[in-house]
Amino acid sequence: MTRYVSNRLLLAIPTLIGVAVITFFLLRVLPGDIVEARLRGDGAQVTVDVIERERTRLGLDRPRSEQFVDWIYGLAHLDLGNSMWTGRPVIEEVAARFEITFQVAIMATLIGCILAIPLGTVAALYRGTWIDTLVRLFAVAGLAVPSFWLGMLIIMGLLMTIGTLPPLSFTPIYKDPFANLWQLIWPAVAVGYRFSAVLTRIVRSSLLEVLGEDYIRTARAKGVLENVIVRRHALRNALLPAVTVIGLEFAFLLGGLVVTEQVFGLNGLGKLFVQSVARHDFTLIQGMVMLFAAFYILTNLVIDLVYAVLDPRVRYQ
Amino acid sequence: MADMALPKAKRHVSWLRNPLVDFCLKQPAGAVALLVLLVILFAGIFAEWIAPYDPLENDLAAILLPPSAEHWAGTDSFGRDILSRIIFGARTALIIGLSSAFLGCTAGAVVGAASAYFGGKVDDVIQRCIDLLLSFPLIVLALVVVAVLGRWLVFGIDINLILAIMIPIVPQVARVIRSSALVIRHLSYIDAARIAGYSNTRIVLRHMIPNLSAPYLIMLTAYIAQAILLEAVLSFLGLGVAEPTPAWGLMLSGSASDFFQEAPWIIIFPGVAISLAVFAFNLLGDALRDWLDPKFKT
Repeated sequence: MTRYVSNRLLLAIPTLIGVAVITFFLLRVLPGDIVEARLRGDGAQVTVDVIERERTRLGLDRPRSEQFVDWIYGLAHLDLGNSMWTGRPVIEEVAARFEITFQVAIMATLIGCILAIPLGTVAALYRGTWIDTLVRLFAVAGLAVPSFWLGMLIIMGLLMTIGTLPPLSFTPIYKDPFANLWQLIWPAVAVGYRFSAVLTRIVRSSLLEVLGEDYIRTARAKGVLENVIVRRHALRNALLPAVTVIGLEFAFLLGGLVVTEQVFGLNGLGKLFVQSVARHDFTLIQGMVMLFAAFYILTNLVIDLVYAVLDPRVRYQ
Repeated sequence: MADMALPKAKRHVSWLRNPLVDFCLKQPAGAVALLVLLVILFAGIFAEWIAPYDPLENDLAAILLPPSAEHWAGTDSFGRDILSRIIFGARTALIIGLSSAFLGCTAGAVVGAASAYFGGKVDDVIQRCIDLLLSFPLIVLALVVVAVLGRWLVFGIDINLILAIMIPIVPQVARVIRSSALVIRHLSYIDAARIAGYSNTRIVLRHMIPNLSAPYLIMLTAYIAQAILLEAVLSFLGLGVAEPTPAWGLMLSGSASDFFQEAPWIIIFPGVAISLAVFAFNLLGDALRDWLDPKFKT
């Protein structure tokens, strides 16, 4: 197994290099750069001299290939460089905001699973009835409602019912779990609804498929209770494809949070990313894209490992 | 005997054989979705004639008015009529959603079919590139493209925004189409075409692509929904459609977040418009899949 994992990690290196090349050269085609965004941003008059000096300081006047080699050299040493806007190391900027985004992503995943597994199961068991129709409507609606709009509706609902909003400043969970959950549950619900919609459809269709298998018929013929069949025989196998979707969606949640964080005023990775895009902060964008890609690759690896634990037929190659 | 005569007799009624009628009869949910989409399409095309007010006209005497007989959906913080902005916003959403999804799905289909047809090294290289693009979250990729390209307006339509939404769609469609194309690739008519001496381009474009139309259509409707949603998200973030062009996502951003607590209608109606359009396209995609599936399996 160690060998399998190390092989997979080695295979990730070319992908990461590809991501690095694409992001780096994509960003450098950009007409404006951070110096213009920052110095001319307020409409202030800046002399060419000042702009040139700032470019030299950030190394933007050097040839692109030289900048690229520098950056890749840093990457190989696990150094993502410094933010062009704040001057702080990229890794510090990300670390400061990672906790909040990661926690919301986990909570949204949990909410998604808690809603989707029972709903998908019920829909499959009562296939073709009004229950099934209702669940399918819930799922299609979940894919249609933008999570940032749902977030706005939640904020409005909170103001109308209890008249206050959760505080804007972030409280870590180990300091005050209640304050923390009260603050983060709402964005998690806004994102989790979409998650549950995706998952409900998968659970429903894969359970329907499993229920048609021979071993389910055998179990019924043996006289196993229907509810044991569903729980022990069918659902366990039906949840395998769901694991893949849970993992992939979890990796993509980081993307989904980009907007929802804005609505709830959370200072997370999504907000940082949008900010750095607006500021043309190249090193920060590059660093974050690299981290997103690495996270995605790692999540995929974990899914495959979990798969082997859940299904003994799957073997590492 | 009587049972068998019935479908035969039905077959002689010509309008029942019309695929559109057949679809509506077999997929009532799809028919409803189609109806909703026709309404949105109608609103988008004839916005000038349908909209009760000019969507760009500020009326400082009518700021943040609640829904009434004069302003059915109320007015925003500049006194602009929200219903009119939603109707014109339908045009923006459709132009950007349809064109980016169409371009993305078509490019993805060609790449996927070519990848499956050529196989070997070409397939390997294309698959690695697809893996690469898939390791960016959709919105992150779109944001990077928007940031890189800036705005490029042609007749008031931001071409770069269409590109930004289209590019993340390509690898996803290519992957699905490739797996369908792998099945077709070994069928005898492809071999026949090769023996007949047709060029590779001709085989991919004229023989493979038309036979992949079922998965293509299903993906197209699903990705139109995605594209409309992504356009709304980018506009909401201030990186998509620019003011003062009416766009649904844009109506939820900016000053909307300052006023929606006292004037909830300024966010409720645009959000409903986005959800309804995306809902209808998703529903249509689902119905289309159920309708095409039996044909597509055989």
